[in-house]
Amino acid sequence: MKTFNYHSAKDVKEASKLASSNSAFLAGGMTTIPSMKLGLASYKDIIDIKRIKKLSGIKVSGKTVTIGATTKHSEVASSKDVKKAIPSLAALAEGIGDPQVRNRGTIGGSIANNDPAADYPSACIALNATIHTNNRSIDAEKFFRGMFETCLKSTEVIEAIEFSIPEKSSYQKLPNPASRYAIIGVYVAKHKTGINVGVTGAKSCVYNDKDLAGALTKNFSSSAIDSVKISSSGMNSDIHASSDYRANMVKAFAKKAVDAC
Amino acid sequence: MASLVGSRVERKEDKRFLTGKGRYTSDINIANQTYAIFIRSPHARAKIKKIDTSKALKSSGVVEILTGEHIAQDKIGGLIAGWAIRSEDGSEMKCPANPPLAKDSVNFVGDPVAVVFAETLDEARLAAELVKVDYKVLKAVSNLGEAMNSEAIHDGIDKNLCYDWLLGDRQKTKEAFDKADKIIKLDIVNNRLIPNAMEPRACVIDYNTASEEITCYTTSQNPHLSRLIMSAFGGVAPENKLRVVAPDVGGGFGSKINLYNEEIVCSWASKKIERPIKWVAERTESFLTDTHGRDHITHAELAVTNDGKFLGFKNETIANLGAYARVFGTVTPTYLFGPCATGVYIMPAAYSNVKAVYTNTAPVDAYRGAGRPEATYTIERIVDKAAMELGMDPIEIRMKNFPTEFPFKQTLVHQIDSGDYVAGLNKAKEMADYDGFAARKKESESKGKLRGIGVTSYFEACGIAPSPVVMMLGCGVGLWESAEVRFNPTGQVTVYTGSHSHGQSHQTTFAQIAADELGVPIENVDVVHGDTDKGTFGMGTYGSRSLTVGGIAIVNACKKIVNKGKRIAAKMLEASPDEVDFKNGEFVVAKSNKKKTIGEVAFASYLPGVRDEVKSPLPEGDEPGLIESSFFDPANFSFPAGSHICEVEIDPETGHVKLDKYTAVDDFGTIVNPLIVEGQVHGGLAQGIGQALYENAQYDDSGQLITASYMDYTMPRADDLPDFNLGFTCTKATTNPLGVKGCGEAGTIAATPTVMNAVINALGGKEISLPATAEKVWKACKEMKKSNAKAA
Repeated sequence: MKTFNYHSAKDVKEASKLASSNSAFLAGGMTTIPSMKLGLASYKDIIDIKRIKKLSGIKVSGKTVTIGATTKHSEVASSKDVKKAIPSLAALAEGIGDPQVRNRGTIGGSIANNDPAADYPSACIALNATIHTNNRSIDAEKFFRGMFETCLKSTEVIEAIEFSIPEKSSYQKLPNPASRYAIIGVYVAKHKTGINVGVTGAKSCVYNDKDLAGALTKNFSSSAIDSVKISSSGMNSDIHASSDYRANMVKAFAKKAVDAC
Repeated sequence: MASLVGSRVERKEDKRFLTGKGRYTSDINIANQTYAIFIRSPHARAKIKKIDTSKALKSSGVVEILTGEHIAQDKIGGLIAGWAIRSEDGSEMKCPANPPLAKDSVNFVGDPVAVVFAETLDEARLAAELVKVDYKVLKAVSNLGEAMNSEAIHDGIDKNLCYDWLLGDRQKTKEAFDKADKIIKLDIVNNRLIPNAMEPRACVIDYNTASEEITCYTTSQNPHLSRLIMSAFGGVAPENKLRVVAPDVGGGFGSKINLYNEEIVCSWASKKIERPIKWVAERTESFLTDTHGRDHITHAELAVTNDGKFLGFKNETIANLGAYARVFGTVTPTYLFGPCATGVYIMPAAYSNVKAVYTNTAPVDAYRGAGRPEATYTIERIVDKAAMELGMDPIEIRMKNFPTEFPFKQTLVHQIDSGDYVAGLNKAKEMADYDGFAARKKESESKGKLRGIGVTSYFEACGIAPSPVVMMLGCGVGLWESAEVRFNPTGQVTVYTGSHSHGQSHQTTFAQIAADELGVPIENVDVVHGDTDKGTFGMGTYGSRSLTVGGIAIVNACKKIVNKGKRIAAKMLEASPDEVDFKNGEFVVAKSNKKKTIGEVAFASYLPGVRDEVKSPLPEGDEPGLIESSFFDPANFSFPAGSHICEVEIDPETGHVKLDKYTAVDDFGTIVNPLIVEGQVHGGLAQGIGQALYENAQYDDSGQLITASYMDYTMPRADDLPDFNLGFTCTKATTNPLGVKGCGEAGTIAATPTVMNAVINALGGKEISLPATAEKVWKACKEMKKSNAKAA
């Protein structure tokens, strides 16, 4: 690991001020630290935001669930409020990594990293999330830009993620047998305003599958999905799953998700 | 006193392992130690043009940087193959030199070329990045199937062929095939595995500048053998100036049998730089450089009659040795593989032909089961295929070809002393509720799932091995084991064994047998292993040999103690030695009913006199003390056997295979500790299931290992496994006094074919290659659906 300056920010303002194009915010460190140890990443400044109290916590209002950026996966998984308002979101958090990861990893870290196989981005898409930063509020559909890429600026700090409470929802994933990241993960959510199908793992970036959503809008049942054609073009392909398999699994897991709604 | 053999004694090891108090190699720190980082080839095959260390040598904290040039200058020898195998044409096998640091060429990704020693680990790492190695990259040979038609990797080794070996009779087999009603053919790839011991390899070297002694703490399954090789072949130091200690070792599975480059280099370098050295592998180094396992391509044929009798068997295999031939590398695909090729069956004629080839991949060596899993997989898959093609039940075809009389002379080599294969399979059938399968299958189908059942019957030859036999077959050492049993004056017993425990629980099992033999409480028995300065010598632990060879040496040493004790007790009790009986720790003279405990006898043996009188309790000719040793050389291998049955449920929508039920019935002869044996079976099954469903080491065309981390190499996990339903039958081994047979590898040997037979059964007989990953199974389900639709 290359040497770096460590800062522990007392508030968001200080964190943002310390940040530069050669810095990283540190919350759970589940990606940042291994990347640094493996020599895949190095930074001049590491800005620890764990001590900023206001970044952590869960709030439920009538229509939304708002989760602070440094809230740990285990906290979301075990939150009675989340379980009651959006049980599928608590279940998603319960299925991330292993207990060690869930006790360190944070929701803000997960979406800021935007790993194409991470779970949370699909929830953001499916649950019409708004990502609140120190500067602005961003719709999830605009937030995720590409592989490991978001619209965040280097000095921008995610403060909270606000999810809309759907009528029904379910997240189903096919885990990579080795890493247990999602080979594909499908998050189906039915809102009064419409249906979203957030898909992770399949392509270089999470996306809302409009074809599946369209079919489900007409008929919210797993049989409606049978007639949807899902192309394998643009799908990821690796030693664990070909693009053809992934395309078929998007369909299979969308059906599972609808059945579980 | 009740016998301890057979009882579920809780492990003496548990306290320190479960509370994190184990003492592993990387826990050891020596004052003033330096840290080593190895510079490894990033290429699978290349010539080394130049190594420039000038910049790195100036880096902060660097003590020394050594390369293959220095190794050559100091005439330090390399790594060796422990067995000389002869080809069918009589020629000797061909092995390349394998220097501890490559000087001229590198042959796999991870092959070490230089080493940095620095004051801290970080400084060593930073300096290592500054070592510039100029390579001329050559085309790698990474595909096993094409290796014999590729450019030779090593000078003078034509076709990359180490040997072309034959066991059995081609002519007789041909005649048997000519008489067959049907010939069943099978092509399989036995997938390559990475052993993945929980503890990565490590060594800590302490060179004493005054006594010129080197102490090497290392992660080894056989410290004495490592010392022998390092001294005799490496030329690092004479054996008496070299101490090898393998303290607690966190798993080996065969990968820690070998002496590795790093131990030789660090031992040699410690003397050179006159500083202690510490090296601990990172996980990536483990993936790249620990010896791998399996990796065969096999074509097999089974000749059968229409009513399911076996007439003959052919096995044509290409085995991957990787870049170099290591200690058990050459014997694993030959004598550990070939003889078991015909399985548990009467097979009138057979042969195994193995071509072992070099490729630009990590060396392949023994991995839990070593050769026997590959052999068992082949025969058990082809027997199932035969049953299917003949329309027979898989149990029926097996029963039909089992031997029923023992000793049984197996076709290719072994004289199996004992067994009852019929009883084992019947028990497994009952425990697995084989007859209820049809109903369970129907129930699965009603949920849209497929269900399959798989059967395997296996035997294996372990407890290696009679020295005259193995040396006749080319082994470079004898495979006996030694033990020393010491009573101290106050009555506790220390057992020194040449076996090595890296998870096998020797401290408990060996204490049980010694306590039984000597009639002392188990708390009074300590077992010491893993240090060449403690105990006589040892051949180590692999091939399920610890109890069947090492344990018997302990029994024999204990018997010598009792014999000497009888002579001493006789004198103390004023009787003749043949009037003294030994039972429950007491020497008793029946006619006078006088007795002495073994503790009193031990005390007397060390304090042979009394005040005011010149009188010794020792008989004339006996020396003071109560210490005996034994070298045990077994008369034969041991032959555990059994039958396993499992059921899988497949989701055809995703291809996910759920292992639903697993029944294992094994015959390990006498079981010393059922708790430990069950643990051994559980672990073995997990690894065999891993090979069947998950694990697969893959290299790309340029020889890069693409499964070099847990992100891509799939290990079996607890939630992948069902509750195991274990049963035992017992036919005692006739070749050792305890009647024990090895149990360490059986689970791994049987599980892979059992699971695959079940998967293929669920797929209606459609062949699928190892491992049965979700995507492969999903594809097979799709094709099955298509062909069913056509048929309808």
